[in-house]
Amino acid sequence: MNLVNIVWPVLSLGGLAIFFGIVLAYASKKFAVEVNPKTAEVRDALPSANCGGCGFAGCDAFADAVVNGKAAINGCPVGGAALAVKLGEIMGVSADAAEKHVARVICCGDSNNANEKYEYQGITDCKAAEALAGGSKSCRYGCTGLGTCVKACPFDAIHVVNGVAVVDEEKCTACKKCIAVCPKNIIELVPISKEVRVLCKNQEKGKAVMESCKVGCIACQKCVKACKFDAIVFENNLARIDYSKCVNCMMCAEACPTKTIYANFANRKKAFVVDDKCIGCTICSKNCNFEAIEGELKGKHKVLEDKCVGCGRCYEKCPKDAIEMR
Amino acid sequence: MNLLLILLSVVLVNNFVLSRFLGICPFLGVSKKVETATGMSLAVTFVMGLASVMTWLVNTFVLIPLDIEYMQTIAFILVIAGLVQFVEMVIKKTSPTLYQALGVYLPLITTNCAVLGVAILNIQSNFNLIETLVNGVGGGLSFTLAIVLFAGVRERLETSPVPKALEGFPVAMIAASLFSIAFLGFQGLIK
Repeated sequence: MNLVNIVWPVLSLGGLAIFFGIVLAYASKKFAVEVNPKTAEVRDALPSANCGGCGFAGCDAFADAVVNGKAAINGCPVGGAALAVKLGEIMGVSADAAEKHVARVICCGDSNNANEKYEYQGITDCKAAEALAGGSKSCRYGCTGLGTCVKACPFDAIHVVNGVAVVDEEKCTACKKCIAVCPKNIIELVPISKEVRVLCKNQEKGKAVMESCKVGCIACQKCVKACKFDAIVFENNLARIDYSKCVNCMMCAEACPTKTIYANFANRKKAFVVDDKCIGCTICSKNCNFEAIEGELKGKHKVLEDKCVGCGRCYEKCPKDAIEMR
Repeated sequence: MNLLLILLSVVLVNNFVLSRFLGICPFLGVSKKVETATGMSLAVTFVMGLASVMTWLVNTFVLIPLDIEYMQTIAFILVIAGLVQFVEMVIKKTSPTLYQALGVYLPLITTNCAVLGVAILNIQSNFNLIETLVNGVGGGLSFTLAIVLFAGVRERLETSPVPKALEGFPVAMIAASLFSIAFLGFQGLIK
């Protein structure tokens, strides 16, 4: 056994390694790029899944975008609300501005409601169907129901039910991947607390809509009259809810003759007056748009349950916190 | 003429991915979109060319004089890993745009066996420095050809009605093997 046989390899490889080490160490000083310390902090807080769910090329790119103000602090679908709070602390932004958003498919023309123009037998892809006269449904604004968004969703949060895509709001992380692939542009991101939604994108006149779909917006404007908060904007023969004004009173959904406006009435709340706290100031009854609160000055107020629609206005206005929403 | 022959041979006849089955990991991993595939192959071509020259120098001036050619593999891995790190730093400093474009792919190349493969093949074929450079860049081009073509195929597969059991990776594997068979047709091109 010749000792030299071992010494040379060890020396040469070790030498090479040390040489490269020195070069790299020198290079890392020489070519150091100044990084915003906040970027590093944000990067450390991220889950490092590098999933691209935020729409950026990995966590590094997202951290950069957050620090440069190009991405919202709640932009990471994996970290969710907890991460948004953490990033809010780092960035000095309050996280409550970050209400959870979910995607919603703006169409309710399922196979029972919408008519078919022809029988589609092509490949199962909305974009392909869109190329054939705008899909098989007679409404060219409606969901083709072939599930391109379902394939795009990394969280299994969207499914085609009876010919229309429906979002599972619990699973939805607002990653916007479905929005990007939908050829009809009928998926929108909305705050999850806003219950009421107009489920139609058809901009045609009432008669044309009625011919193609039973549940399309026929531009009757009854919802505009029903809304006491000016939250419904009417444009291009279509009602649109201004969510900065909507208070979930669901009056528009009640008024809509075609049931295009959807609201889950089971979630409707009612106001209740807590007698111990009420001082009879009448602020609540003055603010009620529905005349649902009665009671004299200095007397205890009472909510008329059949008139109350749960808009929560009295709850906000009561100076004594004497109103509860249940 | 000899150089042209080397180039043609490495790109078509002995294609790194499709005939020698080197670099299969990025070939399957980064070939979902033509755009990212192009980015990856650009980075690979660059590193392959550079690594070929560097490893040839190390082999000729360190390993052969000391008579320790059997340390080739480990020495080359060392060189390639160090080189990639160095290149990444330099690019990050000098050209942020190029760094953005190559970004994630550069570190990935450290573990790409096609790079090590080209270095070892250069030595085995007794190439001189120029031939080594041509073979290295050619190797990168062969990787580019394979992965970009394959990415095109996979983009089409996305919208094709594939049987449920074969969706995603399985059908990509089948496509890759058909690809490989097609490249077998080049075998007789150069004797």
